[in-house]
Amino acid sequence: MTRTVDDVIEAVRGAASLEPVGARTHAEVANPVRSGAVEIRAPAGIVAHDPADLTVTALAGTTFDALDAQLAAHGQFVPLDPRDRAATIGGTLATGLSGVRRLGYGPLRDTVLEVRFVSGYGEVVKGGGPTVKNVTGYDLPRLLVGSLGSLGVIVQATLRCRPRPVVSTWITTPRRPTDVAERLLRPKAVLFDTRSTFVLLEGDAADVAAERANAGLDDVEARQVEPNDVEPRDVEPPSLPKGPHRGRVSVPIARLEACAAELGALGRGLTWLAEWGVGTVHVAADDVAAVLAARRIAETHGGWLLREAGLAGVDGFGVSIPNARLHGRVKDALDPLGKLAPGRFEMGAVA
Amino acid sequence: MADLQAAIGADRARAVPLELALYSRDAGLAEGSAGAICFPHDAAQVATAVGCAQRLGVPFVARGSGTGLAGGATPLDDALVIVMTQLDQIVAIDARSRTAWVEPGVLNLDLTRAVTPFGLHYAPDPSSQQACTIGGNVGTNAGGPHCLATGSTTAHVLAVECVLPDGSTVMLGGEAPDAPGFDLRGTFVGSEGTMGITTRVLVRLMPNPPAVRTLLLDFSAIDDAAATVSGIIAAGVLPAALEMMDAQITRAVEDFVGAGYPRDADAVLLVEVDGLPEGVTQQAGIVASIGREHGARSARIARDEAERALLWKGRKSAFGAIARIAPDYYLHDAVVPRTKLVEVLRRVYAIADEQRLTMMNVFHAGDGNLHPLIVFDRREAGTWERVYDAGTQILEACLAAGGVLSGEHGIGIEKRDLMGRFFSPADLDAQARLVEAFDPRGLANPRKVLPAGSRCGELGVNRPVPDGTWV
Repeated sequence: MTRTVDDVIEAVRGAASLEPVGARTHAEVANPVRSGAVEIRAPAGIVAHDPADLTVTALAGTTFDALDAQLAAHGQFVPLDPRDRAATIGGTLATGLSGVRRLGYGPLRDTVLEVRFVSGYGEVVKGGGPTVKNVTGYDLPRLLVGSLGSLGVIVQATLRCRPRPVVSTWITTPRRPTDVAERLLRPKAVLFDTRSTFVLLEGDAADVAAERANAGLDDVEARQVEPNDVEPRDVEPPSLPKGPHRGRVSVPIARLEACAAELGALGRGLTWLAEWGVGTVHVAADDVAAVLAARRIAETHGGWLLREAGLAGVDGFGVSIPNARLHGRVKDALDPLGKLAPGRFEMGAVA
Repeated sequence: MADLQAAIGADRARAVPLELALYSRDAGLAEGSAGAICFPHDAAQVATAVGCAQRLGVPFVARGSGTGLAGGATPLDDALVIVMTQLDQIVAIDARSRTAWVEPGVLNLDLTRAVTPFGLHYAPDPSSQQACTIGGNVGTNAGGPHCLATGSTTAHVLAVECVLPDGSTVMLGGEAPDAPGFDLRGTFVGSEGTMGITTRVLVRLMPNPPAVRTLLLDFSAIDDAAATVSGIIAAGVLPAALEMMDAQITRAVEDFVGAGYPRDADAVLLVEVDGLPEGVTQQAGIVASIGREHGARSARIARDEAERALLWKGRKSAFGAIARIAPDYYLHDAVVPRTKLVEVLRRVYAIADEQRLTMMNVFHAGDGNLHPLIVFDRREAGTWERVYDAGTQILEACLAAGGVLSGEHGIGIEKRDLMGRFFSPADLDAQARLVEAFDPRGLANPRKVLPAGSRCGELGVNRPVPDGTWV
């Protein structure tokens, strides 16, 4: 068990091949690390939380659950929204998967103010800064978000907090997403599947009531969430597709509804949930072939499907990494010996 | 030069002394030296110009409108200045997806004007938005008053097509979210021209809020105004903008534009809340009562759009107003934690007193982004040295309070040699290697952002900057 940042440094300097891991809740995302890598974990704990400044600094091994409990006690939250609350802060950032409230709160990367990581050189590197606005130096925080452990072992992060909304309501309606969303000013999420649209409204009571009235959502089923409630059930959206094989489709926003319609027509036991205004579709199935069929549909719409879980032996992206040469040079800049998470971005067996 | 003229046209590449002088600086303090200037009109010509510089081993610098204040667009070592203002087309607006493809020479405000008919706007709004370009905004990761609620430029850029220093054209990011691999888009935004040149940008647009309330709170003590800022943030209200102006700047602006600011106030806060009418009314009420709790003498809500526009005109004219007070000014940009505003402001005024300088403050209080402004006359012997020392002391005070060197202007040349006060040698080393990954030969805007052994581009003193300068 890693106790301190110094332990991480020592491990990076001493090993030939490392796999940075958090709680292993999202460990199957993209391609697996080549065998023989030694697991390395970041230390845990809240370093600083200044409620009046709406920033929090935590060691990367801190779980989202622990972070959220700290913030909830002060009426705040950070919209990391990992699929599993046992996920660590470092793991969530490294994986780079935004939560379903992205439409309202922005992508994961916009929440990170400062990141500290141990590079392949075995040195602690700080990027960004602790303030809510900052252009001092190059944007290493955004580079590390979604780097899947292959540029550094994230050991600490400073995140932007938000006031916990007074009211938080999921609303279900049979109307189509665009019809609903275009009459809303600031929905926090608009999700849809074949049958329903799910809208998340958060904010002051007056705002939420007005949004509902404007969008004609007063007479449909709604579930109000109590303020400052940290129970998992109250922050979870309509359930994301479940199954042994899961993926995440990314397509241009303009192609989302056409792509979703084809996914809906696919059958084969594929379940899916799309994020309106974002371009993401979460998919899951009991068999690999259904997810691979979804990948082909995504590709015909100018997108791709990222492997999230299962899909053994299937390439994590199904497409080659764009700008491969530049990508490789960036990797070499921070991890010249290729010690960190080797194989994550390499093409796997089956496209 | 002959090579370049042959490639992109004789009229598009020049080395005329007057123009070389004109393009040897931006709106900041550093004076550089341009070796040649070219005016490409499309992305292919940009690639040609970069390829030409690469072949000849000549450094190159991209330039938008030249409104930057940190010397980011100032050419060093007789660099080739690539002026991007002729790539000025809004290529496509997709109102349903709320995105637009634009060329880098499009002016910030022109983009918002173009999408207004769709009920949309482009959120980052630097004070120079009438003059600055989207490409320049990408280069500096520009901010503005309304970034408080919606984030700086990087939060509004989904993809960047750029010419890398080797002359190749690449797309970073894309129309679909989260392109496979590292977020090279995020790395490129804010890299101040050291990683390549932006040739096309996919921006995110936001729906216009149906209701906006702008409040002017006035205080007889600047500490009370700063405490009100903390109070508003702590109360869970996230205004669209939260700006502070001190006594001197308030009077200067009032004399200049007559925005209706109280001349006898020690500080004023300009607060804007937006959204749906119901919530906006409620939030404006909360802001006003927090102000009164902290000693605000009055809380005036703009009655109509004309009055609201006038209040903002005052704020955005601040730097035109200064030209009437003294011939020169040095504008700083630093961020401190919002909870340290009172403490740091006191220290900043004390530094000005110690150095016998006139200091004013007009800044983005809501995100702790200070803009201490020193007005002076460079003809007075010894003044510039005191201005420079005071500036360094102010930045040191901000760092000591847990702040950073720049919130939105960038590092450029101005703060390059202070980077070591904020970053460790290992931090700087990692950043230098990252730049090298994009620019192995070090020809893209060299010797900017990161400190180097040798110095060039001597710091001089600036002329007054025109109305609407970016703060």
